[in-house]
Order: sequence, then structure tokens, then C-alpha cells
Amino acid sequence: MKLLEYQAKQRFAAAGIPVPPGRLARTPEEAAAAARELGRIAVKAQVPIGGRGKAGGIAVVDTPEEAQREAARILAMDIRGYPVRSVWCETGLSIDAELYLGITLDRDRRRLVIIFSAAGGMEIEQVAEEAPERIAKLWPDPFAGPQPFEIRRLAFAGLKHAPELHDRVPKLVSSLVGLTSRLYEVATSLDALTCEINPLVLTPEGNLVAADGKLEIDENADSRHKDIAEELARDETGDDGRSGDDPFEVEARKRGLTYVHLDGDIGCIGNGAGLTMNTLDLVKQHGGEPADFLDIGGGANAERVHNALEMVLLDPKVRGVFINIFGGITRGDEVARGIIAARDELHITKPLVVRMTGTMEEEGRKLLEEAGIVPAKTATGAAETIVQLTRAGSA
Amino acid sequence: MSVLVDRSSRVLIQGITGREGSFHTAQMRAFGTNIVAGVSPGKGGTDQEGVPIFDTVADAVAATGADVSGIFVPPAFAADAIMESAAAGIELTVCITELIPVQDMIRAREFVIRSGHQLLGANCPGIVTPGQCKVGIIPNHINTPGPVGIVGRSGTLTYEVIQGLGQGGMGQTTSVGIGGDPVMGLSFPDVLQRFADDSETRAVVLIGEIGGSDEENAAAWIRGTGFDKPVVAFISGRTAPPGKRMGHAGAIISGNTGSAQSKLDALTAAGADIADTIEDVVRLTAVRLGTQPR
Repeated sequence: MKLLEYQAKQRFAAAGIPVPPGRLARTPEEAAAAARELGRIAVKAQVPIGGRGKAGGIAVVDTPEEAQREAARILAMDIRGYPVRSVWCETGLSIDAELYLGITLDRDRRRLVIIFSAAGGMEIEQVAEEAPERIAKLWPDPFAGPQPFEIRRLAFAGLKHAPELHDRVPKLVSSLVGLTSRLYEVATSLDALTCEINPLVLTPEGNLVAADGKLEIDENADSRHKDIAEELARDETGDDGRSGDDPFEVEARKRGLTYVHLDGDIGCIGNGAGLTMNTLDLVKQHGGEPADFLDIGGGANAERVHNALEMVLLDPKVRGVFINIFGGITRGDEVARGIIAARDELHITKPLVVRMTGTMEEEGRKLLEEAGIVPAKTATGAAETIVQLTRAGSA
Repeated sequence: MSVLVDRSSRVLIQGITGREGSFHTAQMRAFGTNIVAGVSPGKGGTDQEGVPIFDTVADAVAATGADVSGIFVPPAFAADAIMESAAAGIELTVCITELIPVQDMIRAREFVIRSGHQLLGANCPGIVTPGQCKVGIIPNHINTPGPVGIVGRSGTLTYEVIQGLGQGGMGQTTSVGIGGDPVMGLSFPDVLQRFADDSETRAVVLIGEIGGSDEENAAAWIRGTGFDKPVVAFISGRTAPPGKRMGHAGAIISGNTGSAQSKLDALTAAGADIADTIEDVVRLTAVRLGTQPR
């Protein structure tokens, strides 16, 4: 789950991280009211992606009239597939410097990494590429969390290449110790895989304020954060609210299926991510074009297989389906029952090629054969067959 | 010979009374695995088809001397189960459960390392030493003893390779599934080191997939240590489009990292043979072993 900027900032504020005062506006009138209350404000499109500024989704305004006009413009926008349903109106900040502070997963170290840089305001990947010496990292002990001495070291390292901030380093480092501990608390309590403040603004008064916020929650932990899911659903601004999303992928999410829509005409279903990817690779190697990636996962029952087959066939481009199953925790008989039920109930007439092996394969193959579906002997043979059958259909 | 598990392994199953736990315990016993105990909090003192059940792993270890654990508990409880196992002194914990929150796994992995023990997985198919011991969900009938060591990220593709090699007359010393999550226990180099130390393993098949840099790290390890056994490598997801997550939490090409080409290049530079298909894996392994495939 990706939170919107204002939702992330609410979490930051609750943890004691300073954020500018702001109001959420769903209409231009609400934005005007916010400007009357707060004075000079930034009107910011609330969409769960970066690059809003470049797309014209952020405006700084001085008057309520201006706020109303700009909010009307921004609320009519669709930013890379995301319709803007609300704007966050917050007090404009005086900026002395823009820093970066973020927490994410480091796959190589298999820990969270805290990243700090004095070069904030732009994408951290870009900083990493252009000026890697300006990035400082800390991999905190997952049980103890980041200790003050570690954060001081991180802060000093990140400020070393910012001579313009030289005089302000002692106070900055001291502020960063508290701020970083609090941000880490947010990241761990929310199971965040991305928790980022960019830019972290240094004001002329010497305060650090989170001028933007990005929070992305591990979907494996969604069930622990149902309140956030409900909030996103209520706002219709969650990942599912994306109008630019592929309608088939939206449907698959509703069905609880791991599905990626592709351009071809051969439906592909497998069990296990690696095997399903290999199923796509095999179709390509035999001159076919996969229509999708659908992984039924481990231990799928007949109902799930039925659901998967129905999903793949929703795409009218699909001329035939290749089902590739190597049962481990998944049982052949369950899969066979799902395929047969789907074929009969959905009246599937398009070619179905099933390759089945592994746990309960004898039982599964027997069920398929009795139902008139001859299972292929090998995955390669099955790929050949489905490519031939779907080509014959198009000739 | 074998790595990590053999006929002397005394295996306990955490979550033995659940749907998957009970089914696969029966499968493992049919394979010949010495299942000495089950753990299911609140059901201590009962048994499941003759396997004694304990409330805690510590009780099970004290009573049975178990030294390997297989975990089949639901994702919300899996990290705790992993730590319970390591804390009780289990030498090798094999976690089959998928969809465990990443931060849970970061802590559980670290906990196991500090205890001085080993973790395989999570989200993995487990481990098989043919003819001796199986912990996990790899189908029984495809495994035959022989000279090949297999290590893979994807469960079902590992099955493909085991079956393909078996049909080609080449069995395995041990097959190890390390799992498809971004944070896992044993990684490619850890398992390769064990194959390096195992005199009967004469060739290794490495099964990778797009996403992350574990395959590149494996290639660097092979070069760095002068690993001298032949390696045949297979990478799935070669036709996957960038930016689309292919099922596994780990399987995504983002920016320049994680592409199949980067992995294939690194493994080629490390002297591995690259297989384009499972059939290729079988053919190339036969060539490296100097045997004719059946």
C-alpha cells in the first residue's frame, strides 16, 4: 500500500516529526478557505507517485483567489494515470537547504538501511549515481534500532560534503538524532518498505521540517494495518483507484490473483513465480506471445484454479491457454478439478493445453483424461502445442 | 554424501496439525524422513499418526533430540516460529511459509544467525537428500541419488531441474531451495560453500530468476573463491518486462538491477555454463559430468 503525502505526514506528525501546517481540500473552495486561514500556501496534488511538480501538480499561491484557481486546475488533472481527487494545502516554507532522509530495504544486506544526504530535493537514485560520496548509510541492528552515536556518524558523514552548511552542522546533527529515531519508529511500526522525507527542509530559523512524505507499506503486512487500507479505500486514492491501471490487472487484484497483463494472445498460468516466468519464456522461445503472467501460488485449490482460468479468458485477445503445473504443495487432483469445472461452467472452447506433474500427478492426469483433456508430457511439448493450436486458430 | 541434511537428521515439524503441515508430514515420512516430533501450541501430549506432539520446540528438542525443523505455520506466526526453533537449539530451520512480512524476516534471520544456527527460506520448497531425508514440499518421486548439487530460488523450477536431471540419469547429492523472498536465510554462496566441501558433489546447477543481485553475488563468490566444480546456471524471467513484479516479492527488474542479462553476464564471466531451457540444463550437466544423458 502506498500512502498519499498528507497521510504520510499525518503519521510523521503523530511520531513527533515536524511538518508544515496544512489542510486537505477536495474542492477549489476548500483550497481557498485553506489559503485564507494559512496565508501563502503550496497546493499539492495528492497522488501516490513522484514527479508531481514536474507534471504541474504543485503550485505556490499567495491569495485565496489564486488558491481556488490553481486547485481547480490541479483537481482536473490526471497525473500518469492517477486522477487528482484532493489537494494538500500547506504553509509555504522558507528554505535554507534541502536535505534527504529515508529508510528502505537493502536486499544485499538483508536489513533496513537509513539513508541521509545533504543533497535533497532530487531523486536519491540520481544523487547515488552522480555524487555517491554525498550519500551516507546506516544499517541499524533490527532489534536495537539506530543508536544516537550511529545516527551522529551518519549525519556527520552526510554533511561532510556540504561546505555551505559547515557552521550549522552541530545543531543539525543534534536535531537529526531525534528525527531519525522517530522516522525509524514510523517505518518499523507501519511495516514500511519505503519511508522517506525528501526534501527535509532546513529553515532559516534552523528547524528541520518534512516538506514531503512517502510511505509504502509491505503488502505482506497489510492485514496488520487495516486502518490504513480502509482510509485509502474511503478516499478512493489507493493503488486501486488508479484510472490508468490496466483494467485486467485491477480485476485480478479484486480476485486476489497474482496477474500481470502482457501484449500477446497465449494465456499463461503456472504455479510458482519461477515456473510461471519460465512458462512465458518457453512460449516466447517457441514463437508465441504470452498474454499474461498468472501465478496461482502454492497450495491452490480447485476454486482458485477456476478463478485463474476465468481471469485469463476475460482478455478477448487470448486464443488459448497454457497451464503449467509442477505440484509440490499444490496437488494435481485439485488443479485438475478446477480446470474441468471451469471448462464446463464457462463453456470454454478455446484450446487448453495442460502440463501436469509432481504431487498427485497420477490422480490429476487421470481426471483430466477422463474429462477429455489430454495432458502434455513435457513443458516444452506443451509450449509447442499451444503455439501451434493458437496459430492454427488465427490462420 | 550430502549437505545440510542426511539420514541421521532428526526432524520436527512446527504446524504439524495444519492442512499443509499434516499432508506434507505424511509425504516426508513416506519419503523416509525421520520425523521425531511435531509442535502445535496447546496440543502437547497428543500425537498425529504416531508422531508425538509438543507445546513448544524446546520441549520437543528435550524429549526427542530433534536437530532440524520444518515450519508450516501461517505467515503472521512464522517469524516467531523461526526464532523459537533457533532458540531451542535446532541446527537447521527450514521455513516453507510464504508471504511473511519483510521486517519480520529481517529480525528472524538475524536472530537465527546470532544463535549460531542456520535458516533455509522462508518461502522456499525445502531441501532433499535423495534416499535419506526430505524437509519441505519437493515432490517425493522425482529425487534420485547422484553427483549433482542443486540450489535454486524458485521452488517449482527446482522441481523441473530435479526431474529433468533424473530423467537424464543424473541424480543429486542434495537439492536446496533458498526461496524467492528478498530477505532469506542461506543464500547462494552459503549453499555453494557446502557443495564445495562435499566430495561427492561433482557439479552444481544454480537456478536463479530476475530481481535483486543474489545471482551476481553468487558469480562474484565463485570467482573470488576459485570454486572449481562445474556450474550450470539457469535464469527464469528472461522475457519479463521491466517494472512488472513477477509473483515473487523479489522478482522485479527495476532500473539497471535485477535483469536476466546482468545475471547471465556475471555467471558467464564466472565460468558457468548458461542453459536456455531445462533440457539445456540436463544436456550441459551431462557434458560437464562426462556422462551420456539417457
